[in-house]
Amino acid sequence: MRFNQFSKSSDSGFVHALSSEITPQAVYTQRRDWLKQVAAGVAGVSLAAWASREAFAQTPSEVVMRPGKLAPLTGAVSRVSGANTMEKITTYADASSYNNFYEFGTDKSDPAKYAHTLQTKPWTVEVEGLVKKPGRFDLDALLKLSPMEERIYRLRCVEGWSMVVPWVGYSLAELIKRVEPLGSAKYVEFITQADPKTMPGVRSRVLDWPYVEGLRMDEAMHPLTLLSFGMYGEVLPNQNGAPVRLVVPWKYGFKSAKSLVKIRFVDKQPINSWGRSAPQEYGFYSNVNPNVNHPRWSQATERRIGEDGLFAKKRKTLMFNGYEAQVGQLYAGMDLSKLY
Amino acid sequence: MKAALHKALQHRSAKPVAWLLCFLPFVWLVWGAANNALGANPAEYLIRATGDWTLRLLCITLAVTPLRVMCGLPELVKLRRLFGLFTYFYVVLHLLCYSWLDMGFEWTEIAADIAKRPFILVGFSAFVLLTPLALTSFNRAIRWLGAKRWQWLHRLVYIVAVLAVLHFFWMRAGKNNFAEVFVYASVLGVELLFRLRRLVAGTKTKT
Repeated sequence: MRFNQFSKSSDSGFVHALSSEITPQAVYTQRRDWLKQVAAGVAGVSLAAWASREAFAQTPSEVVMRPGKLAPLTGAVSRVSGANTMEKITTYADASSYNNFYEFGTDKSDPAKYAHTLQTKPWTVEVEGLVKKPGRFDLDALLKLSPMEERIYRLRCVEGWSMVVPWVGYSLAELIKRVEPLGSAKYVEFITQADPKTMPGVRSRVLDWPYVEGLRMDEAMHPLTLLSFGMYGEVLPNQNGAPVRLVVPWKYGFKSAKSLVKIRFVDKQPINSWGRSAPQEYGFYSNVNPNVNHPRWSQATERRIGEDGLFAKKRKTLMFNGYEAQVGQLYAGMDLSKLY
Repeated sequence: MKAALHKALQHRSAKPVAWLLCFLPFVWLVWGAANNALGANPAEYLIRATGDWTLRLLCITLAVTPLRVMCGLPELVKLRRLFGLFTYFYVVLHLLCYSWLDMGFEWTEIAADIAKRPFILVGFSAFVLLTPLALTSFNRAIRWLGAKRWQWLHRLVYIVAVLAVLHFFWMRAGKNNFAEVFVYASVLGVELLFRLRRLVAGTKTKT
């Protein structure tokens, strides 16, 4: 483009580029793909360094560097509103070593230590309940069900820390539309894997197993609600909920159930595991809300893992984790201090 | 075996060695914080580790009398003050880490947090009750107060033990994760029972 699109003359408002001057989408996507290929090492190393910088400048998703640990699983840049935060992405090392996945132990380092035993092949997800087309989906079918997108989401844990994670997957709505819920289906229940043989934490009685989560139908259908199969351009590591998990970015992390085996459509609000275990501490909605404190700590602030220094002040937590513009209307008229 | 223990405890390096051992966790935490070796969330690690070491040293401090009596190791008593003061050292660090790393030294918010959250209030009370014990830990304080009064004052540590376990229990309650709480509660429980039994039996001698 030859001139600054934001320059303004007194009489003409914004000066717009002529349509002939705008690079056609096909051309610039091609250019980006080429840059990505070069960055991936197709061309010489020095050229790659230049090209990767160029590619990174294009969209946030291209900032994501593959850690090179697991099979690649890439997604196109998502066009869903709010799906591409520009914030600094948490390192893969932190995102894959600091996890709450109680099926493998209650310590945050336990999942990375013990989740290698999880069997992710073969894997099927059963869809049942109030739908016209129930069925068993094996993982390959799910992977092919809809094009993969990369979504860079903030993740806010109820414990007061947060990360920024580039997930790969597609909107859960894609799956829901395919199974055609009945009008009576008001909620979706997510049931996760609980195998005492491969998940040592399941032998403890910290929670009732299997771990269960739930969403209201409109929440489940919201485009930001992600069915995720990968992160950082690769398939999910076991400790992050392989092979398929839920990611609901405006809710506390525990709502995003890992290693899903069953999705059930129901007419009554499901009782989620934490709600059952400590109803005074964890509500069904569990929307990120700086104004509703956990009984044992404040939710007004959070520490961004790997970024906020040890002695730095914690950052302010945003309403709906910063996704208020996208999801706020789902809760219009609800008293969120009661329905937390 | 016992002779060796006697000898080791009587050795003039017994106290410096105990001091060094108690100080090691602190060295590790400082080193870990400086070298980014405390995991993805160093602030949380420091707050929890200082709390853990407070509980451990409290267990050790309260083990001195039962071990001394039951194992016939009177020399142990000379380590008691050292253990007690290190308990206080770690609880101060624990409170400091919470106030600084968690609350950013926002005093009004810290005050509100203490008032509002029973689990913090209980922990803070334990700290407050330990403070006069640390302040009167030197020999002259015993003379000033008189041995009897001093001893009564220092029995506050039993209340501190109960509060410390309650604080830890509450912290873990949200996640039904009581394995470690049970360990500390058992150790401190046995130590308190020992004293209760001696009290009931009326054989309590000057400690």
